[in-house]
Amino acid sequence: MKYVIVGSGPAGVTAAETLRANDPQGEILLIGDEPGPPYSRMAIPYLLEGSIGEEGTRLRPDRDHFDRLQVALLEARVESLDSEDRLLVLSDGGRVQFDRLLLATGSRPVNPPVEGLDSPLVRHCWTLEDARHIMDHASQGSRVVLLGAGFIGCIIMEALVKRGVRLTVVEAGDRMVPRMMDQVAGHLIERWCIEQGIDVRTSTRINLVEGNEKGLRLQLEPGGDLEADLLVVAAGVVPNTGFLEGSGVTVEQGIRVDARQQTSVPAIYAAGDVCEGVDWDGGHGIHAIQPMAVETARVAALNMAGRETEHVGSMDMNVLDTLGLIATSFGRWQGVEGGDTASLLDERRFRYLKLQFEGERLIGAITLGTTDQVGALRGLIQSRRRLGRWKERLMQDPTRFMEAWAAIAS
Amino acid sequence: MVKRYRNNKENEMQRSLSLDPEKCTGCLQCEMACSNEYEGRFNPAHSRIKVFAFHDEGRFVPYTCTQCADAWCRNACPVDAIAIDANTGAKVIVENRCVGCKVCTIACPFGTVNYDHTRGKVMKCDLCGGDPACARACPTGAITWVDADWTGYDRMRQWAEKTDNAAHV
Ligand SMILES: Cc1cc2nc3c(=O)[nH]c(=O)nc-3n(C[C@H](O)[C@H](O)[C@H](O)COP(=O)(O)OP(=O)(O)OC[C@H]3O[C@@H](n4cnc5c(N)ncnc54)[C@H](O)[C@@H]3O)c2cc1C
Ligand code: SF4
Ligand code: SF4
Repeated sequence: MKYVIVGSGPAGVTAAETLRANDPQGEILLIGDEPGPPYSRMAIPYLLEGSIGEEGTRLRPDRDHFDRLQVALLEARVESLDSEDRLLVLSDGGRVQFDRLLLATGSRPVNPPVEGLDSPLVRHCWTLEDARHIMDHASQGSRVVLLGAGFIGCIIMEALVKRGVRLTVVEAGDRMVPRMMDQVAGHLIERWCIEQGIDVRTSTRINLVEGNEKGLRLQLEPGGDLEADLLVVAAGVVPNTGFLEGSGVTVEQGIRVDARQQTSVPAIYAAGDVCEGVDWDGGHGIHAIQPMAVETARVAALNMAGRETEHVGSMDMNVLDTLGLIATSFGRWQGVEGGDTASLLDERRFRYLKLQFEGERLIGAITLGTTDQVGALRGLIQSRRRLGRWKERLMQDPTRFMEAWAAIAS
Repeated sequence: MVKRYRNNKENEMQRSLSLDPEKCTGCLQCEMACSNEYEGRFNPAHSRIKVFAFHDEGRFVPYTCTQCADAWCRNACPVDAIAIDANTGAKVIVENRCVGCKVCTIACPFGTVNYDHTRGKVMKCDLCGGDPACARACPTGAITWVDADWTGYDRMRQWAEKTDNAAHV
């Protein structure tokens, strides 16, 4: 059996390991287009702030890891897929045959429609290569502008501040992290950033970027002109599916997969940021987050190795450390129609807790300023346990979620 | 019901932490012992075992990491900073690799990996390398370190089955 995996991020690497654990004989080839050993994008903020070196970004620290598992690594870019002949075509013209294929190509950052983003001092913060570039240009005293105050923007803010830059954050939306936090939490995070000395401009657009290797001039609306030494664009990501054109693999928002992570074509699977799979509560969607990349990859690999396994469904879960203010959100934190909400807010101390219920079940949560036992929120939500008497208790005092879980699970 | 929080080395007699709420009186000796083990002083805020008190029912429930066979925390870690102790099967934080990203704290559905603000790293039960301080400290035998002759995937399986029964508490 020849297994081929495209993409050597967390999803690809986890799949390779799971395949090996379940099929000691099979041939496993892991193809990735980024140079160097497989690394973790999530480690980039810690590289930027200098708490780790590039070595520390590796997905697996042991240099012989892949050799020992007899997983072959190939640095190459896949250009197209011929599903019928089970063949991949590489950008250098090479061809790779497979019996079972996993697509784990992740996502890539997108640009908002702003003129001038092709300037050399404009950079995403998505790859190790981007990080090296940012480190070259974001040093003590340099003027850095961050376009986008979403999850990635917030998570690299601390690293930029620790590098000693003068930071301006420009966000078109009316609050920070709109896709992960509600109004209340988004505004609290914004106030927190401002109190930490960051120049935050929400409801602001960049209309034009002009510049060369020496410097940038940005036209803001409202706000006029702003000079900068570096512009970091963190305005969202889309799945890497371009190479699938004409392959017969169904792509909607991402690569559509069933509960076994199989695509519309038998023997071809997808996992991680690139897949659009089943959700924990019956829907379908993309969840471009590390824990889901790994979980979907495990399920895909088990099925590829012949062990029928269904995914319980992906769920949104994020933990965000914005300059020391820690926030989490889980599941349907927005709530649902006809559901109940319990919340507690202490604006002065930047503390907030919100639970969303549907009937007797917890379906979503947001926390701000507390990290204790937050994993229990995942447990309560994803296990879909009925809360019984604890529903009322949690409505009265949402901070008792861990007690509720201990009582229910014990 | 007695809970066994075991390790997962297959086909081998190993020991596991057994928690019995029936015997727990809520004295919190385990929390003291655990925090002492962790940072050399008594500080229940940094205990990796917690006792939940349900005063209405006069019930106390000691609660800690179940050392899952297929650990959610370990799988989620982006930099391979959670290792398996070859002796005990415990999932152990490798402090010099942990970057403090906290993803394990939301991935663990039991809420038993927690962020330590003072160190900028996470902390969880490591079974004290095979001689758990909580079990030594417990005066009532509610926490014991016992021989486990089973590999016990049941708790994981139970969780994964998304059991839908009402909570009788
Ligand atoms: C700065 C930063 C911070 C983050 N922080 C968090 C966080 O705190 N929590 C969280 O949950 N998530 C976080 N993420 C997101 C997380 O990194 C992703 O969800 C995760 O990397 C997805 O894994 P993946 O394996 O699906 O894709 P990726 O890690 O993107 O890996 C896919 C690989 O496939 C390669 N590839 C793509 N197309 C081809 C092709 N045609 N041929 C060959 N190779 C190809 C790509 O170059 C890449 O190397 C962060 C991301 C960044 C950038
Ligand atoms: S910390 Fe949580 S996920 Fe990790 S082994 Fe313990 S119970 Fe399992
Ligand atoms: S906090 Fe540390 S142990 Fe936990 S996932 Fe992040 S790097 Fe791994």
